[in-house]
Amino acid sequence: MPETAPAGTAPRRTSGYRSPTAPPRSMIVTRWIVLGLLTAFTGLPIYVMATGSLKPLRDVSGEFRWIPSGLTLRPYADIWHTIPLGRYFLNSLIIAGGATVCSVVVAVFAAYAVSRYSFRGRRVFTVTVLSTQMFPGILFLLPLFLIYVNVGNYTGLQLYGSRGGLILTYLTFSLPFSIWMLVGYFDSIPKGLDEAAQVDGCGPVGALLRVVLPAAVPGIVAVAIYAFMTAWGEVLFASVMTDDRTRTLAVGLQGYATQNDVYWNQVMAASLVVSVPVVAGFLLLQRYLVTGLTAGAVK
Amino acid sequence: MTTTTPRLRRAGGKGAPPAAPPARRGAARRIRRGSLPYLFLLPALALELLVHLVPMIVGIVMSFKGLTQFYIRNWNEAPWTGLGNYKVAVDVDAPVGADLLRSFTVTCAFTLLAVGLAWLLGTAAAVLMQDAFRGRGWLRALFLTPYALPVYTSVIVWMFMFQHDNGLVNHVVHDQLHLTSGRPFWLIGDNSFVALLTVSVWRNWPFAFLIITAGLQNIPRDLYEASAIDGAGVWRQLRAITLPSLRPVNQVLVLVLFLWTFNDFNVPFVMFGGSAPPRADLISVHIYQASFVTWNFGTGSAMSVLLLLFLLLVTAVYLPVTAKLRGRDA
Repeated sequence: MPETAPAGTAPRRTSGYRSPTAPPRSMIVTRWIVLGLLTAFTGLPIYVMATGSLKPLRDVSGEFRWIPSGLTLRPYADIWHTIPLGRYFLNSLIIAGGATVCSVVVAVFAAYAVSRYSFRGRRVFTVTVLSTQMFPGILFLLPLFLIYVNVGNYTGLQLYGSRGGLILTYLTFSLPFSIWMLVGYFDSIPKGLDEAAQVDGCGPVGALLRVVLPAAVPGIVAVAIYAFMTAWGEVLFASVMTDDRTRTLAVGLQGYATQNDVYWNQVMAASLVVSVPVVAGFLLLQRYLVTGLTAGAVK
Repeated sequence: MTTTTPRLRRAGGKGAPPAAPPARRGAARRIRRGSLPYLFLLPALALELLVHLVPMIVGIVMSFKGLTQFYIRNWNEAPWTGLGNYKVAVDVDAPVGADLLRSFTVTCAFTLLAVGLAWLLGTAAAVLMQDAFRGRGWLRALFLTPYALPVYTSVIVWMFMFQHDNGLVNHVVHDQLHLTSGRPFWLIGDNSFVALLTVSVWRNWPFAFLIITAGLQNIPRDLYEASAIDGAGVWRQLRAITLPSLRPVNQVLVLVLFLWTFNDFNVPFVMFGGSAPPRADLISVHIYQASFVTWNFGTGSAMSVLLLLFLLLVTAVYLPVTAKLRGRDA
């Protein structure tokens, strides 16, 4: 296709108003076809979620309609009563927030050590941490469950069924990626910077907090988004490690959508409400993710 | 640059005395420095040990035990069975082994297709959006949305779309396009494979898009300008500049996508609950069922260990092979 474009096309355009890299027409047509199809594929479920949440019940239980027969905000009011959505929400917020904060703090120190120091076991640590990414969750689900129960029996520290236990679990899920990405990011910050700070009398921690961290904000934001999204969306451990009090949105919503008689408009409304915080946060901060990845991981 | 000096100095600090040690306070500082990196690593290390490594070892131990529901309260007393659980898991003539093999085959086919399609769509979109155009920022935000959505909401919305009577998919396929004689079922039976694949690709291609977009930003623009002046067309630039430059990024991206997809539990679990149809019985959910539905954790652990060994093997072969390919082309 674009291969057949005459070789002279691009240079000729330079004499006009475009750079030599300006694409030929066939490329532009291809671009709009492909991007159009991708837009439809990506946007369809989002459209269904948004319109479905505003439809009256008869619209979502009968044959699918592209245009709602009427609009109603009832589903948004009903979701808080049909299931204890508020409690799920609070639980998810505490768990994902806690996991994010802890994960970022732990990852910053670990990544700083790996990036700035050469020490025995550095490579072993990096490889081990990264390889935990490939562990099937199912392999350590039950052992972890047993460990948490036993820790509770011996020390009285309630990990099973508590929010703390899930925070602990989730923060390690995002840790490998966070460390890996932050190492890359810290590596891109000149070491002379924190050397200078240490010469000026900062300790190593001072250099990290006052010099390196401010320069690494995009990387840290990217890591925080990742950690929050990981914790907010996890299903497997949430379904085994929580009880009625600590149930998260993941478990609650799944139950909501798999009842015998599903109120699809309410389920769509709940899905939308649950998604808005993460999607909005992600979209607002995604440029940090791209810069963070560009500077750090993808090199 | 200055980057090499600090590390050299520290490396020297560990073994031989550093070239120019600061007088008096030097010794004290060096000792602190020696333990400092470990102190920084300690929290991460402790957490990884608690949540990943120790449970994994416990899991491996469990795979050698006859851990059925009778021993779940005090699993220490479960009898040792040697390789018994493994024999059950790989005995393809018996039902348990045959089911595991079928699930493994389904997972392989699913992973190949899902990773291939996600990578293809992500690369196509990233390359086509390499040049700035009006609305690119908005389009990028839209494309990244599936990645930002929590897994379970995505799956729930797709489940609604795949409903037999009131779903969008059947409305389009049957009512509007008349492609099928009757309304197909998507969430049970053979079509469930297609449904699962669709959701997986929908969720994962934005990640490929994101990573490749980031990777493209590291390619110097003047490479394109120089090649355009030399008469290279878009297609040739893609093959001669873009794809080779992306190779290191792709090496990691494809591996990560592979591991995530192969291990994926969330999508099939939310979609089918505990009982996936045979055609969509991915290995993670299969093992979960084998453990929690039949309460035989010994066999379940043996299956998990086999899965881990398989993934290690693939990674161990993949990394050197791709590195060698990269080295040869460079």
